[in-house]
Amino acid sequence: MVTLNDYLIASGLLFTIGFAGVLLRRNIIIIFMALELMLNAANLSLIGFSRYNVHNNLPDYNGQVLVFFIITVAAAEVTVGLAIIVALFRARQTTHVEDINTLKF
Amino acid sequence: MSALLFWLFVAIMLLFGVMVVLHRNPVASALSMVVCFMALASLYVSLDAYFIGVIQVLVYAGAVMVLFLFIIMLMDIKAEARRRLNFPAVCGGSVVIILFIKILADVCYRFDGGNAKFPPIAQGPQGDVWHVGMVLFQQYNIALQVVGALILVASIGVVILSKRELK
Repeated sequence: MVTLNDYLIASGLLFTIGFAGVLLRRNIIIIFMALELMLNAANLSLIGFSRYNVHNNLPDYNGQVLVFFIITVAAAEVTVGLAIIVALFRARQTTHVEDINTLKF
Repeated sequence: MSALLFWLFVAIMLLFGVMVVLHRNPVASALSMVVCFMALASLYVSLDAYFIGVIQVLVYAGAVMVLFLFIIMLMDIKAEARRRLNFPAVCGGSVVIILFIKILADVCYRFDGGNAKFPPIAQGPQGDVWHVGMVLFQQYNIALQVVGALILVASIGVVILSKRELK
């Protein structure tokens, strides 16, 4: 039997993988992909709670609409972020975060 | 959905998620991410969220990851050379990760409702997309239009960012 806790654990592990990716990798594009993984982990737990919270024999569609908005905003975020990365690459010819340290304290 | 299929898809999702992080080659990372998102979409379907599952495949596995691959190939990024790990960052990160897993296990252990069976649902003849559409257009109409404006602003911003001449 699959329960809500199983989905929450799966979502938490996916979030952890994304977090580890942000910390360990030095390529800014891979860091960006790991951020997407973390966003999707949050989406999975939202859908799980939406299915868990049943009213009138229907799942809670507010959660699914929130996931819809998150996916839309994430798509916009990806386009802007990749445009910034391309601009950075044209200026510096690198995508390594260690080579981009002007703002580092 | 049977427990076997659930754990199969969770295993695929986590395995390819780890491969996104561990692969040295960015193209392989991006392709692993597509598989990870496909498994995630099947988990959405297992939760009776068919519309979100389809959106996940179309928007994430389709559009967003193709954009990632496009940029990776455009910049012609080679496989990342092995560099020395930033030791304090790794230590701090592992502490945060271990604490996070501990909190998650704690929450799941104490959350009795989470161990109950999912209540049954009956979506009727309209189906999933109809219900999502009703909520989206009736309750969240303003938010939907604001998101549309946000996407417009984002696309204009991208054009301005990429057209600007570098000095």
